[in-house]
Amino acid sequence: MAIAYILIILMILCAVSVVFFKDLLNAVIALAAVSLIASVLFFLLQAPDVAMAEAAIGAALTTAIFIVAVKKTKRYENEKIS
Amino acid sequence: MRKLVSIILLGALAFGLVQAVKKIPFGVQKTKVGKYYVERGIEDTGSSNIVTSVVLNYRGFDTLGEVTILFAGAIALGAVLFTGKKRIEREVYPASPILSTACKFLFPLILLFGAYIFIHGHLTPGGGFQGGAIAASALLLIFLGCPGRKTDGRKTRLMESLGGIIFVLAGLLGLAYGGFFLFNFLPKGTVNNLFSAGIIPVLYIVIGFKVASEIAGILDNLFGETE
Amino acid sequence: MIFYIGSFALVLTGLYIAAAKKNLIKIIMGLSLVDTGVNLFLISIGYIKGGTAPIFSNAAIPGKTMVDPVPQAMVLTAIVIGLAVTALALSLVIKAYYHYGTLNVRKIKELKW
Repeated sequence: MAIAYILIILMILCAVSVVFFKDLLNAVIALAAVSLIASVLFFLLQAPDVAMAEAAIGAALTTAIFIVAVKKTKRYENEKIS
Repeated sequence: MRKLVSIILLGALAFGLVQAVKKIPFGVQKTKVGKYYVERGIEDTGSSNIVTSVVLNYRGFDTLGEVTILFAGAIALGAVLFTGKKRIEREVYPASPILSTACKFLFPLILLFGAYIFIHGHLTPGGGFQGGAIAASALLLIFLGCPGRKTDGRKTRLMESLGGIIFVLAGLLGLAYGGFFLFNFLPKGTVNNLFSAGIIPVLYIVIGFKVASEIAGILDNLFGETE
Repeated sequence: MIFYIGSFALVLTGLYIAAAKKNLIKIIMGLSLVDTGVNLFLISIGYIKGGTAPIFSNAAIPGKTMVDPVPQAMVLTAIVIGLAVTALALSLVIKAYYHYGTLNVRKIKELKW
């Protein structure tokens, strides 16, 4: 399970980078990366059903919904730049 | 100041969580009910995917409740975003021919893949929830790649209502035949065949259609231009 | 054990975002991270060392050790419900933006803390 350590460290890095991105689109992409790595971890934990659901919903549809919301509002976190 | 307070509170929370979780060992058998399901699942339900038999046979009533939550969420989203005004039909400029042709080529293939996953839910990994999500992502491709095309809201609502009605009717038929809700009244057949496991494939196909049309309704409401 | 640490790191990061950030969309991103972390924790509780996925490819062979199927069935539906809840929260955010013209929590008087 050495690969699990690498994947979890990568996943935590992506999750922490969500905190620091000022551009919301970058944060959405980091969130999608967290979901994708989580689906690989589900597969390593012998849960192929859940991995399939997470890859289809967490990585594709949630990202699309967030991008639509960002498009309808503001793109940057502090609104002075806009 | 706010950040400092948050970090202190989260530190206390993390300490408590570590104290609690230290007592849970990793990688050993913890419950007896899981062992029972794995050992007796095939005889009881006839489905070779044990997760499917837990979702739709042992705990089918929970699944009905979860589908209802999904339905309530979609309805509430429609109610929040409804303004009463007519949707603005913005003039759409067409996508490049390469993009639209590729979308039209890929759309039936992705739909077919989703249908394969929810029809074979009792044999292979997958099922109604995953297959419905994949079919909805095919609709998302059409929303993004072919501007101006959209789903008919009335038809998706009709499809999801029909799905819910068929689910409840199957449960009530089981109540009439066997004495409890969602009783498996169809013959179980031989294991690992497509036509086996009684009502489980029927219910999973219904759930697949329901999830796909619900997510398509959510996407249609969010993409729609109002104001 | 590393799976527990990873899932708790996700939960704590998400809670930090929800507590300390001011942008409404970012707060919902934090709640989505909490969702993923809890799902990962439940699945890693159900894992059994040396177990296989709970699917019989050949029905004649009786099962060796298999991982626990009950948490998987729970998480499967929780993921789909998480999508609906996230979409509902984002629709409320869009409506709040149309009404107040800003996404900053501090400028919306009713949401201040």
